[in-house]
Amino acid sequence: MERRDFIKTLGVMGGTVLSGRKLHAEQKAKADDKEFVGILVDTTRCVGCQACSEACAEAHGLPEPDLDEEITMQRKTSTTQWTVIRGDEDKEIYVKTQCMHCNQPACASACPTQAMYKTPEGPVIWREDKCMGCRFCMISCPFDIPKFEYDSPIPKIQKCIMCWDRLQEGEEPACTETCPEEAIIFGKRRNLLEEARSRIYNNPDDYVHYIYGENEAGGTGYIYLSAIPFEELGFRTDIDKKAYPELTTEFLYSVPVILTLWPAFLLALNKATKPDEENEESED
Amino acid sequence: MDGGNGKYHLLKSESKRFFRFFLSELKPKGPLLTPFNIVAAIIISVGMVLIVIRFATGLGSVTNLSQEFPWGIWIGFDVVTGVAFAGGAYVLTFMVYILRLEKYHSVVRITVVNGFLAYVFYAGALLLDLGRPWNVINPIIGNNFGVSSVMFLVAWHFMLYMMAEFVEFSPAVAEWLGWKRIHKVLSSLTLAAVIFGITLSTLHQSGLGALFLMAKNKIHPLWYSEFIPILFFVSSIFAGLSMVIFEGSISHKVFRHRLSREAHEKHDDIVLGLGRICAGTMFVYFFLKVLVFLHGQHWSYLDTPWGYWFLVEIIGFVVVPGGLYTQAVRTRNISLIKIASGITLAGIILNRLNVSVIAFKWYAPHHYIPHWMEIWITLTVVFAELIVLRWIVNRMPILSDPPAWAQKKKELKRTIKYIPLEEEKEEWTVSTM
Ligand code: SF4
Ligand code: SF4
Repeated sequence: MERRDFIKTLGVMGGTVLSGRKLHAEQKAKADDKEFVGILVDTTRCVGCQACSEACAEAHGLPEPDLDEEITMQRKTSTTQWTVIRGDEDKEIYVKTQCMHCNQPACASACPTQAMYKTPEGPVIWREDKCMGCRFCMISCPFDIPKFEYDSPIPKIQKCIMCWDRLQEGEEPACTETCPEEAIIFGKRRNLLEEARSRIYNNPDDYVHYIYGENEAGGTGYIYLSAIPFEELGFRTDIDKKAYPELTTEFLYSVPVILTLWPAFLLALNKATKPDEENEESED
Repeated sequence: MDGGNGKYHLLKSESKRFFRFFLSELKPKGPLLTPFNIVAAIIISVGMVLIVIRFATGLGSVTNLSQEFPWGIWIGFDVVTGVAFAGGAYVLTFMVYILRLEKYHSVVRITVVNGFLAYVFYAGALLLDLGRPWNVINPIIGNNFGVSSVMFLVAWHFMLYMMAEFVEFSPAVAEWLGWKRIHKVLSSLTLAAVIFGITLSTLHQSGLGALFLMAKNKIHPLWYSEFIPILFFVSSIFAGLSMVIFEGSISHKVFRHRLSREAHEKHDDIVLGLGRICAGTMFVYFFLKVLVFLHGQHWSYLDTPWGYWFLVEIIGFVVVPGGLYTQAVRTRNISLIKIASGITLAGIILNRLNVSVIAFKWYAPHHYIPHWMEIWITLTVVFAELIVLRWIVNRMPILSDPPAWAQKKKELKRTIKYIPLEEEKEEWTVSTM
C-alpha cells in the first residue's frame, strides 16, 4: 500500500500518469468484486406523484420542488433538483431521472482532483473541498448529469449522491424510502438485477425485455424496467456498453511509454547528428 | 547568509544596481499614444472590469455557458487553439537542438518566448474558466491526484512545460541583465530542457485531444474518433510553424529596429524551409483525416449540412493551404507562403472549435454562441500577451543578436558546424515524410 502510493507520487512528480494500467485494473477489480448498492426503477409502477423529488429536496436542503410544473420528456435535473420525474402526462408514463451512479463513472475518471468520487459502496459523490470547477465531469458524463452553478461566485457541482450520508447511518435513500408505490427499490445491485430479470420473466407481456443500465456505460447503479421501448421513455440508447473511462485508457497507457522512450530517442538523435568526433554512438 | 563584509557590500550594491536597472526597463520605450496602444488600453481596461464581474458574480454573468454547454471559447479557443499555435516552440527546438539545423537558429528564441507567453496567458486563461480556481492547488500539491484524468495530465504538463520553456529562453534574460556566470549555467541546461519540453509537448498536444474522448456521444461523428489525440498532435506541428511564419512576417515589420543582420539575411530561406515542412505535415494530416473518415464509415453524414461543413474544413483549410505551401515553396514565393500560413491558422481555429464547441452537442436545439463579454475577455488575454511580448522583445536579445560576451563561443561553434544549404534541404524532404 505504502509502496504503491510512493510510486504513484513519484510518477506524478515526473509529470506522468504511470498508473494508467494499474489504475484501470484497480477500478475493474473494484467494479467486479465489490458489491455495489443500486436502485431499481420499475417505470410501470410509477404514478408521477413526485414524492421522491420532494423527499430528495428535503433530505439535502434543496428548495422545495414546484409540483405543478408540467412533466415533459425533456425535463432535466438542475442545480436545485437532483432528481425529477420526466414523462408524458397524457400517456401516464413517468420516469425518475437522476445520476445513474455508473459502476465505472466517466465523471470520476475525468475529475483531476478526485472531487467526483466513486465510493466503495457504490454511490458517486461530489466533494466540495476538492473540486476546482473545471466542468470536465460535465463534458464526460454520458448522461449529462452533473450541474454547475453558473450564477454563483463559489459555484458547486450539484447531482444526486444516492443519499451517501444517509447510507453511512444505515438508512436507505430518501426517495426509495418515500415512494408510495414501491416503484423504486434500494438494494445490492446484483440482487436488484435478479429481481428485474424475474419480473420480466414472470410477466413477459408487461415489460420490454431489456434492463436499461445493466450494461449501459459498463453498467450503472440505477437500473430501469419499462413497458415501452426505452427510446420512447427519453433514454439515450446510443450509450456505449463499454465503461467510458476505457475510452481514454489507450491514451493513458501510452503516456509512460512516451515519457521514457522519447527522451532517450531524442538524446540519441542529438548525439547522432553531432558533426565530428565521438560519433560512434549508435542511435537505434 | 555568511561571508565577509566586503562580499555583503558587493551584494548590496549589485542588487541596488539591479533594481535601478529593472525599474528603468519597466518604463515603456517609444511613443505612448500609438493606435495599437490606444486600442490595447481600451480592450484591457474594459476586460479587467469584466474579469472582476466574472469573479464577483459567477461565470454565468459574463458567459453564455450552460448545463448543456459547459465549455465555450475560453477552453475551445484560448486553451485548445492557443496551445496548438504555440506548438512552434517544440518543433523548432527539435530542429535546432536535436537535429542541429543551424539555419533556423535565429528564429528559435522568438518562437520559444512566444510559446512561453502563449502558455502563460492562454493556459492561464484556464484559471478564468475554473469555477473554483482556489482549489487548483489540490492536484498540484498532491492533495488529490486524479491520476486517471486526462485533465490532470494536461494541467501538469502545462506547468512543467512552462518551466522547460522558461529555462530554454532564460539565457536571453541573463544576457539582458548582464549576468555572465548565471548565463553559463543556464545555457548548459538548454539541451535537457529541450528534450523534456519536446516530450511534454508530444503528450499534452495530443492530451488536449484526449480530453474529448469521453464525449463520444456528444461530438458529431465526423469529428469524433478515437484518433483525435494523434490528429491534434500532427496538426500542432504545422499549426505551430504556420504561426512562426505568420508572426515572423508581422514582427519583421514591427521590430525592424531589433532585428539582427543575420536574421534579415536568412529570413527568406527560413520561411521557405518552414513552408516545406508545413506542406509535408499537412499532407500527412490530410491523409490521416481520410483514413479516419474511411475507418469510421461515415459516408451517410457527408451529404448533410454537417458534412458540407466538414468538407469546408478539410478541403478549404487543409488541402488548399497545403497546396499553396507546396506551390509557394516550389516558386520561392514568400508572400504566397504568408497567405498559406494565414489560411492554415484559420483552419486550425476552425478544427479546434469544431471539436470542442461547434460540433459538440450538434443535436442540441439551442446551440451555444459566445457572449460578447467572453470574446472581449479573450481579446484582453491576447492583447495582454502582445504587450508583454513587445516589452520583452524590446529589451532582451530575442530578435537581436546576443551581446558579444555571450556570443563568442556560439560564433565559434557556428563556423565549425556550418552545413551547406543544399544538403540541409535534402535532409528535410526525408524527415518530413
Ligand atoms: S451518470 Fe454521469 S454523473 Fe452519474 S456516475 Fe455516471 S458519469 Fe457520473
Ligand atoms: S468540475 Fe469539479 S467535480 Fe467536475 S471534474 Fe472538475 S474538479 Fe472534478
